[in-house]
Amino acid sequence: MDASALITSVQGRFPDAVSSSHAWRGDATVVLRREFLVEAARYLQEDPALRMNYLMDLTAVDWSAFGKKPSPAFFSSSGVAVRPPSQVSGGDPWPGLPSSSRFAVVYHFYSTAHGHRLRLVIPVEEADLRVDSLTGLWRGANWLEREVWDMFGIEFRGHPGLKRILMYEGFEGHPLRKDYPVAKRQPLIGPVN
Amino acid sequence: METTPTSSATPAARTASQELETRDMLLNIGPAHPAMHGIIRIVAKLDGEEIKEANVEIGYLHRGFEKMAETVDYNGVIPYTDRLNYVSPLINNMGYCMAVEKLLGITVPERCHYVRVILAEISRITDHLTCVGATAMELGAFTVFLYMIKAREFLWELVEKVTGARLTVTYCRVGGVKADLPDDFEPPCRKAFEETRKVLAESRQMLERNRIFTDRMSGTGVISAEDAISYGITGPFLRASGADYDVRKDCPYAVYERLAFEVPVGTRGDNMDRYLVRMEEMEQSMRIVEAALRDIPPGPVLANPETGRAIPAAEMVDLAKAGKITAIAGGCAVACPTLEGSGRDRRPSIATDEKRVFLPAKEDGYGNIEGLMQQFKLVMHGHGIRPPAGEVYFPVEGANGELGFYVVSDGAGTPYRVRVRPPCFAIMSALEKLLAGDMVADMIPTFGSVNMIGGELDR
Repeated sequence: MDASALITSVQGRFPDAVSSSHAWRGDATVVLRREFLVEAARYLQEDPALRMNYLMDLTAVDWSAFGKKPSPAFFSSSGVAVRPPSQVSGGDPWPGLPSSSRFAVVYHFYSTAHGHRLRLVIPVEEADLRVDSLTGLWRGANWLEREVWDMFGIEFRGHPGLKRILMYEGFEGHPLRKDYPVAKRQPLIGPVN
Repeated sequence: METTPTSSATPAARTASQELETRDMLLNIGPAHPAMHGIIRIVAKLDGEEIKEANVEIGYLHRGFEKMAETVDYNGVIPYTDRLNYVSPLINNMGYCMAVEKLLGITVPERCHYVRVILAEISRITDHLTCVGATAMELGAFTVFLYMIKAREFLWELVEKVTGARLTVTYCRVGGVKADLPDDFEPPCRKAFEETRKVLAESRQMLERNRIFTDRMSGTGVISAEDAISYGITGPFLRASGADYDVRKDCPYAVYERLAFEVPVGTRGDNMDRYLVRMEEMEQSMRIVEAALRDIPPGPVLANPETGRAIPAAEMVDLAKAGKITAIAGGCAVACPTLEGSGRDRRPSIATDEKRVFLPAKEDGYGNIEGLMQQFKLVMHGHGIRPPAGEVYFPVEGANGELGFYVVSDGAGTPYRVRVRPPCFAIMSALEKLLAGDMVADMIPTFGSVNMIGGELDR
C-alpha cells in the first residue's frame, strides 16, 4: 500500500482520532489523538490489508525549541529551491508541527507482508505526560518505552516495569528534553546495592 | 552473593532430596566480565545450573549521542555515528547521510552509491568476522578468533586505503563521500577476498566439525520468528529464525536492487543457525562487492590531463593570494594524502552537484571566489547545511539488522532531533527470554550470537 492509501485507511477507520496527516518525502504520517493509540495500533497489527507486524521504533520529540534557533533556512521550506529528485516523492512543504503540545511520541511501524511503513505521532501535553503502553501488542515496546521515559519523562500506562534504562537510578531530570542543558553535570554514583 | 529461599518441601511428601533445602542463587555477571565483550550486567536467577530468570541491565556506555547530535551541524554528526556500531562504522555513516539526503531531497551520483555499497558490504564482513570470531573464542576455539581477526585485518587495510582510517572513518558526507576509491582498489580488494574466503573455509572446517562447538551452539538460545518479530528483532538474528526480512531486499536503497545476492535464512532460530547465517552472509557480501566493482560506472574526469598539472596545495594558496589565477587554472591541488581522490576531477562522480550541501573541490576553494564562498558558507559557524523543516525516517541494513535514522529539522543548521534505531537494542531486550530455561554455560554462545555492540546499544 502506498503512503496515501495507508493514511486513507487509518483515517477511514478512525475518523475522529486522526487530527492531521501527511506523506512528506514519502513517509506516511498520521497524527492521532492519544486515547485511540492502543486501538489504532491493534488495528494496524491485525487488519489483513495493513498487517504491521513490526514496531520498528518508538521515540519522542520535544517540540518546545522548534524554530527558535536564529538562523533561517538555507533551503527554502517551500520546496522551490530544492530540485525534486526522481526517487523522493513530494515537493510540497512539510505541514509543520503535529500540534501545539510540547511533546510527541513517534511510532514507526513496518509490515513485512506488504513492505509498507507508517509513522504514528501522538501529541502529549506537558501537563499530562501519559500515553498508553503498547507492551501488550509488541514485546519490543518494553525497552523502547523505558527509554522514552528515561530520556523524556513520558509515562506509559500499563507498562510492567517503567524504570530508567540508559541513565542510572538517581539521575535527575530527563536528558533529551530541550530544557536539559547539554553541559550539565551530575555526580556519578556507585552501585545501588 | 545473595540467596533467596523459594521452596520448602511439604511434610506430607518428603524424600531424601527434598529434605535438603533448595535455594535459587543470584549470579551477577558483568558489567566488566571477560566473557561479556561489552559492558553489560546480567543478573541471573539460577536453579542449579539452569537459568530461571535473567535481568539484563544496559546503559554503561551511554554517551548521549542523540543529545550531542543536536549541538553540531549536519556533517558534524558523522564522526559521532562512527562510534555507534564501531565494528562497521561505514554502514552508520551511510545510514545517517542517506537520511539527511532524504530530508534535503537530493540524490547522490551513481558512482557514489556504488562506492558506499562496496564499503558498507566490506564493513558487514568485518562485523560478522568479529562476531563469529569472538563467539568461537569464548567457546574455546581461540585459533578461529585469530584467523578471523587476520581476515578482518585484510579488510581493514582496504578500508584504510580508501578512508585513511581503520575505525573512526568518517568517510561519508551529506551529499556524497569524502573521496573516490583509489585507482588501484580492485586488485587488493580481490586479494583480500581471496584471503577472507580461505579463512572462512578453514574456520568452517575447524568449527563445524568440532563437537564442542556444535553441541554448545545447537539448540541453545532458541527464538521463534513470531517472537523475534514481536521483539522488533531484525538482521541475521531474525533470519536465522526463518523470516527473510532484509532491508536491502525488501526496501532497497542505493543500488542494491541492481546487485545480485541471496538472503540466507535459517530454520531453527538457535545459535548454530545464527552462526551459519552470518557465515553465508559474508560470502554474499563479497558477491555484492564483486558485482559492484564490475558494474561501477567510471568516474568522469573533468580536469584536462594536459593542463591538469599537479600543484602543491600550499603553493596554490600562495599563487591565488597573489592573484595569479591563470597560473593555477585547471591545475590539480596536491593536498595531504587524506584528501586524495577528492579533487576536482573526481568530485562530480562522488558528490551531489548541490552547492549548498557539499564542499567544493580543494582546487576551487583555493582557486576562485565562488569556491571560496561555497566553502565559507558551508563550514563557518552559523552557516552550513540547512535542510527544510521536516522529519524523515530512513532505514538501512546494518550488520545487526535494521539501522534507522529518524531526523527532524526545524530549518536551522543543526539537526533538531536525531534518533537512531539501534538494531541490537531490540535483540538485547529479548535476551531475558533467550536465556531463560538454558544453562549458565549457554549464556556465552547466546550472548555471543547477539553481537552486542555497546556503542550502538547505549548510544
